[in-house]
Amino acid sequence: MCLGIPGRIIEVKDGMAVVDVAGARKTASMALLEGAVKDDYVIVHAGFAIERIDAEKAEETLRLISEASGVQVNEIH
Amino acid sequence: MTTGAYDNIILSHGSGGALTRSLIEDVFLKAFDNPLLRPLNDQAVLHIEPDAKTGARQRLAFTTDSYVISPIFFPGADIGKLAVCGTINDLAVGGAEALYLSASFIMEEGLPMADLKRVVRSMADTALAAGVRIVTGDTKVVERGKADRLFINTAGIGVLNGHALIPENISPGDAIIVSGTIGDHGVAVMTHRHGIAMDTPVISDCAALNGLVNDMLATGANVKAMRDATRGGVATALNEFAASAGCAMLICEDDIPVKNEVRGACELLGFEPLYLANEGKLVAVVENGHAKTLLESMRTHPLGKDAAIIGFVSTAPKGKVLLETTIGNKRILDMPAGELLPRIC
Amino acid sequence: MKYIDEFRRKKQAQAIIERIRAMSVRRSSVMEICGTHTHTMARYGIRAALSGHVKLISGPGCPVCVTSASDVDRIIAFSRRERNSIIAAFGDMMRVPGSESSLERERANGADVRPLYSPLGALEAARDNPDREVVLFAVGFETTAPTVAATILRAKAEAIKNLSVLALHKLTPPAMKALLDSGETPIDGFIAPGHVTAIIGAASYEFLAKEYASPCVVAGFEPLDAIYGLYMLMRQIKEGRCDIENQYSRVVKWEGNKKAQEVIAEVFEPADASWRGIGIIPQSGLKIRRNYSYFDAEARFDMPQCAEKEPIGCRCGGVLKGILSPPECPLFAVSCTPQAPAGPCMVSSEGTCAAYYKYRDAEVA
Repeated sequence: MCLGIPGRIIEVKDGMAVVDVAGARKTASMALLEGAVKDDYVIVHAGFAIERIDAEKAEETLRLISEASGVQVNEIH
Repeated sequence: MTTGAYDNIILSHGSGGALTRSLIEDVFLKAFDNPLLRPLNDQAVLHIEPDAKTGARQRLAFTTDSYVISPIFFPGADIGKLAVCGTINDLAVGGAEALYLSASFIMEEGLPMADLKRVVRSMADTALAAGVRIVTGDTKVVERGKADRLFINTAGIGVLNGHALIPENISPGDAIIVSGTIGDHGVAVMTHRHGIAMDTPVISDCAALNGLVNDMLATGANVKAMRDATRGGVATALNEFAASAGCAMLICEDDIPVKNEVRGACELLGFEPLYLANEGKLVAVVENGHAKTLLESMRTHPLGKDAAIIGFVSTAPKGKVLLETTIGNKRILDMPAGELLPRIC
Repeated sequence: MKYIDEFRRKKQAQAIIERIRAMSVRRSSVMEICGTHTHTMARYGIRAALSGHVKLISGPGCPVCVTSASDVDRIIAFSRRERNSIIAAFGDMMRVPGSESSLERERANGADVRPLYSPLGALEAARDNPDREVVLFAVGFETTAPTVAATILRAKAEAIKNLSVLALHKLTPPAMKALLDSGETPIDGFIAPGHVTAIIGAASYEFLAKEYASPCVVAGFEPLDAIYGLYMLMRQIKEGRCDIENQYSRVVKWEGNKKAQEVIAEVFEPADASWRGIGIIPQSGLKIRRNYSYFDAEARFDMPQCAEKEPIGCRCGGVLKGILSPPECPLFAVSCTPQAPAGPCMVSSEGTCAAYYKYRDAEVA
């Protein structure tokens, strides 16, 4: 129901952030998210940053995926 | 009185009187000048030479297209360059060498004269570089609000040098080649539209492909069919091939060249690069054994440097395009259902 | 692309798909509530890869599919009456048919309908056209609701006078409850929507485990998220557990996004809502609080009332509840196709009916 894309915050000014997704940059409102700063990754939905991405949790999920699949990342390429 | 006295197009520029004449001479003839256009008759008289080798009468290819893009200037090109390249490309992908173009302008009252001149200059430069001449044309002015600044129609005549390239030639086993990164034009234009504006370094790939096509055909490779992947993108071109040839097109998502920024913009807006318009990319189907040679030749041309083999023609599912996704599953790649709109879901 | 590419690894995806196939002794019925999951399943061929092993039911979590025909009719009637108004709508809604037209068709007939990427676009349109009324046709779930609420707060702060919102937001947990209570749909487990849950928190699904003994996994939207989420759910089903598990922990917290919850609560309050094909579900929607009634299109204008009228024969309701497969609908592929959809499930290319339509005569290996 809700498209949300991870992007990196380039700058925050007056409650609006510039978010970078692979070189495409879009402004996103920070009205729904507290404490996110430059270089944080956030999920952008409908022009708003709705949550920060937790880098450690992401690593943990990737590790669980590696375990479940039995395919280690270094085997991939 | 000359057009220099007017900053904007007014209705009288379309009256057919003196002001129309001065517009044609000061703006259009000045930019497009050539002996065929110069008499400013109601028609251009064209000489088509017999084939130099065989002496046979040459077969003509004839096409027309209208350009209504908004905004009329966008990163990498403008409506004028698009109107010249688009028609040249429609001829080129059929295996025809473009020779002559017509150009018709429908202008909205109030169009800045400077904008018109800039567009016309861009058309002249593009035509010159591509080796085609604009030999006849027309201008009309409509009241404010009856058109969106400027619409251009171009028609083109070319000669067929070899066999016509038509999708019915396609057969199972053939390789599918795309001439470079896809979706650049779509993203360049879309991301400047109101509401979905974003910053990307992506510029339109708008280019005349006749030079690249000449090089491709000169390799002697058995090119079965080509299409420029404009509106509807590569997905539409492939679906048309599949339907006409009664074959299946199998392509591999990971082999399709897409710029990172184009992928990023697509993720944000919920678009797929395969559906985005291109204005300087072609999809070619070639006999498999010739694919590598053809690809190598394409990559030496500036407009083909990112060319890639993206898949193969197969027998089933008949009339469909099958995409092997980046995670290895297959799915049907349909035609787009309509206008591309940003998604929230 | 960070946080995208590493969740699209082919070998891992194929290996886990293989494990899910091996785990599925009987064909489990799993509901993915969320339209974006439906999209992921279709875009990456996951549904087809698992067919025969897992029955993936697309639940009522696509704003396009659940917005009732009468609500589409109402905004259309409004735009016909108020010719000078601007209707702002998310791009997804443009082609959704009401009982006799769609916003896309109305635009062709002269209505000023603007497809939006963000609700802030409606605010911008209001700023740019101070002499015209802008009405935001606000659909969407808990993820979209706070973006609309924040837009209203900003309009108030800027003293914008010509923006109002027709609030049709829907809430996920009440719909899940209603589905389970109806007993019509056999569901072995839920894949819960990652971005809705980022707002409301994974704790919101505790009732599933406690009251319905139904397992649930909150999952993200990259293919490996969806596949691994399915794997987690199948593992629960196999082990007979019913827990609320969070596959998408990099984004979703147990308690959700407090700030966004506050913004929603400031502007909206729960209300009954009409779901297409399902009907009224108590307290399953959001309406604008009286303090913000100035921005409420229902309060500002005499909004037309339209009776709920499904296109004759359309069975989207049954499809949405997972009790009917699309070919069982008499309109399917006859008078309802992606080019001319009669019902909402045919509209988005990932709607259940559109997906069936696409694959109806193709053997995909």
